[in-house]
Amino acid sequence: MTESSLLPLGALVSSLAAGVVIFFLGEASVRLRTALNLAGAFVKLGIVGRMLWGVFHGATYELRLPLLPDNDLLLRADTLAMLFVSLSAGLWLLTTIYAIAYLEGAPHRSRFFGFFSLCVTATVGIALAGNLLSFFVFYELLTLSTYPLVVHRGTPKALAAGGRYLAYTFSGGAALLAGIVWLQSLVGPVEFTHGGVASIVPAAKRWLLVPIFALLVAGLGVKAALVPLHGWLPQAMVAPAPVSALLHAVAVVKAGAFGIVRIVYDVYGIEFAQDLALLAPLAVAASLTIVYGSLRALAQDDLKRRLAYSTVSQVSYIVLGVALFGPVGSIGGLVHLVHQGIMKITLFFCAGNYAETLGMHRVSAMNGVGRRMPWTTAAFTIGVLGMIGIPPVAGFVSKWYLGLGALAAGMPWVLAVLLISSLLNAAYFLPILRTAWFDPPPSHWPEEHLASRGVWETHPWLLIPTLAAGASALVFGLAAGIGLSPLEWARLIVAREYLR
Amino acid sequence: MTELLPLAVLLPLGLGVTAFVVPERGARALAAPGWLAVTALVAALAQRAPWPQRYALGQWPAPLGIALHADALAVALLVLACAVYAAVLAFATAYFARGARDAALFWPLAWLLWAALNAAVLSADFFNLYVALELLTFAAVGLAALSGRPAALAAALRYLLAALVGSNVFLLAVALAYGATGVLALEALAIRLQDAPYAALAIALAVAALALKTALVPLHFWLPPAHGGASTPVSALLSALVIKASFVIVLRLWLLAAPRLDLAALGQALAVLGAAAIVWGSVQALLQRKLKMLVAYSTVAQIGYLFVPFAWLAPGHPAAALALEASVLQLLAHGVAKAAMFLAAGTLVLAAGRDDLGALRGAAARAPMAIFAFGLAGASLIGVPPTAGFAAKWQLLQAAATSGQWAWVAVLLAGGLLAAGYVFRVLKLAFLPAAEATAVPPVTSTLSLVALLLALVATAGGLFTVPLLDALRIGTLAWRGP
Repeated sequence: MTESSLLPLGALVSSLAAGVVIFFLGEASVRLRTALNLAGAFVKLGIVGRMLWGVFHGATYELRLPLLPDNDLLLRADTLAMLFVSLSAGLWLLTTIYAIAYLEGAPHRSRFFGFFSLCVTATVGIALAGNLLSFFVFYELLTLSTYPLVVHRGTPKALAAGGRYLAYTFSGGAALLAGIVWLQSLVGPVEFTHGGVASIVPAAKRWLLVPIFALLVAGLGVKAALVPLHGWLPQAMVAPAPVSALLHAVAVVKAGAFGIVRIVYDVYGIEFAQDLALLAPLAVAASLTIVYGSLRALAQDDLKRRLAYSTVSQVSYIVLGVALFGPVGSIGGLVHLVHQGIMKITLFFCAGNYAETLGMHRVSAMNGVGRRMPWTTAAFTIGVLGMIGIPPVAGFVSKWYLGLGALAAGMPWVLAVLLISSLLNAAYFLPILRTAWFDPPPSHWPEEHLASRGVWETHPWLLIPTLAAGASALVFGLAAGIGLSPLEWARLIVAREYLR
Repeated sequence: MTELLPLAVLLPLGLGVTAFVVPERGARALAAPGWLAVTALVAALAQRAPWPQRYALGQWPAPLGIALHADALAVALLVLACAVYAAVLAFATAYFARGARDAALFWPLAWLLWAALNAAVLSADFFNLYVALELLTFAAVGLAALSGRPAALAAALRYLLAALVGSNVFLLAVALAYGATGVLALEALAIRLQDAPYAALAIALAVAALALKTALVPLHFWLPPAHGGASTPVSALLSALVIKASFVIVLRLWLLAAPRLDLAALGQALAVLGAAAIVWGSVQALLQRKLKMLVAYSTVAQIGYLFVPFAWLAPGHPAAALALEASVLQLLAHGVAKAAMFLAAGTLVLAAGRDDLGALRGAAARAPMAIFAFGLAGASLIGVPPTAGFAAKWQLLQAAATSGQWAWVAVLLAGGLLAAGYVFRVLKLAFLPAAEATAVPPVTSTLSLVALLLALVATAGGLFTVPLLDALRIGTLAWRGP
């Protein structure tokens, strides 16, 4: 085993090993569990940093193990993989810190953190998967490892949401498996390759690739919450806040969106997909989702539900960017993979802070909260401005490239979609800011949950990840053109994809 | 070294006799060394490639004497039995109270069952197969009746009647084949079947008899009460191994007879019944109110996956090797996963104090390891990668795709979803808070641990599919000719 194959393995094992050990820890061993969690997160971050640097300089990391006849378990760190891996590793650290504080004193923490680590392992596996079968392996592992997190509280409501989540995701998994088997019966084992592999299908059988594409995208669209496959997502809000944050920003919805990126770029090849006229319907589906999600978000009073519908809408920007044929649109979609993650995790951290500190769940109860919790509300404001797409927050960069990409791809109607969506985003987000900052606070706050917060507005371990995520959203927008920023990385991917 | 072959039958038989005559304490102490001895023997046999190895009892050569032979199929089942027995014997040591009556009967019958299993998979003689099946039936029925509860006795009686009908039909098939060909040794039989009158009828009767013993829908009626009502270690043995032995004989007869007789219609019928089993068993599992009955109906469904490959198991079919691999992988995967699931279910029943699904509320907190084991075993039954169950399903999907028969793909995927339905029906309840404070004494963690270890074997098993298939080279059994 060389460094080339050990690093991808290490990226997986760092969280897997931590998770497995944590399962067997007693509830009371808080310190050991915390140490393991943080050690795993930092080790993973170190490994990912090393690989990021290597990939940037043209190195490749690959691990190949036999899994099934003619089908290997293949982990390969290419530029696209690293975009997602870095996001996962970075946000896992923040979410772990957050969850440690959030669940302080709650029951079943060993179970929670065990599955939490498995969930991140699955996400990293999805990112690093080098062929369709490996992708599927981790995609299903993600389903299994997130279920116990969704139902963690054990309330009938949580279990109903969990059941719905499983019904959607297992059906999606079945569709994906059917698509994979069908595709492999035409082209053999599919390895992700720049420019795709589907074009080797003889012309007489090419029409088959259209229903296969539909199956694959439907299977992935369930997790990416493409309308009408999004029904599980708003329900899954019953999960604890760190889980919602992870589900919405990194793990589940991103796994779906990332899968669609892989299918379009590295299985079909963007040019071939354009030739088969697959991209325009995908753009339409994404646009419908964007508008529908925003419309539904308008009507939600529950803060987390409003954020959930916002996720439905925002994740489809990624799909939209992929569906815009041309490098500029691709950059917009890919960079949004990271930007949406960071902004959305900020918002969910904030929602968790409000709920945990003041027992505040509803938008209508948030009047004046900016005075009681100014730092959290400041982070919330950055996230909201980013979601609307106001410069200089990162979300602006995404929308800018998406808009330019739409024009370049000859789809000016997409510009209208972006505009409508931004207006709707403003319509459901800005009133929250007004309420939070400018409305008079109530005479006393309903529930002060955390007695020992000291001089901080909330538990410091809740606040620090929130501020870190909010600051990143701002920095990635301000410094978009510098060095290893998400935007530059997305440019790198697109350069390697289009200029093969 | 082929003289080891009869020992694979005689050793567990001797252990059974010893366990019968010594007091329960001694029989219990015999479990570990006995298992080690049989496993060492099987390991020695498995090392002895190339297969098949033959052994003629009493030095009488095949057409006259009785032959034993160990091919890849037999070795696969011998090894599976070692793995399942390791878990079940360890589980039983903690499960049965010391000196109890059911324990005193369990040990000898379990060894006897193992001897019968090995005899059934090693026999290369049509009549000898019948004898082995009868032995297997008596040991299995005795085990099923072990608890002595009225329901278990009724179930065991029903099991006995069904199995005896199967045995008699099988004997009729043996008589027909013998009358037509004058031989009983399988290899000689294979050559003479072609021109024999009633040859297809004999094979069809034998297959039908074995389908009854394997509980293929609609001949499954006896299985759920017998497997679901038995003591937990017995349930695991019955579901994981006993029905597999009769299935191995189906495969053996099929591989032998199909090249010379036109069995395509029978193959299609078996596959269709297999598909029906997948759907019917899963739906019934979704409707059960008792945990162990749910697991038993899951066996009915999983048996379907064993028979679906017969759609492609015809000489010269491009998917024949894939189909055979799928069948054998499913045999192994289900054996390990179902044993683990029954052990986990039994532990959960003990921890809850009663066997209904409602009592599972709060089990995730009360018996987390058992629930984890149940979930992992369930993942293999659903066919989630990278479990062993997924490897079997994948080969099956490949076979369907290779032959372009997409309806089977739909059935297989639907079966996976239905399995997810009944597995998560249990897991969901386990996550609910306990309804009432139960005054059940806590169960020893040995039980959960054994179930968990076996479930981990099922989960990680899929990662070893390639070396396993390389070692067994099952695909080559598909008609290079007997």
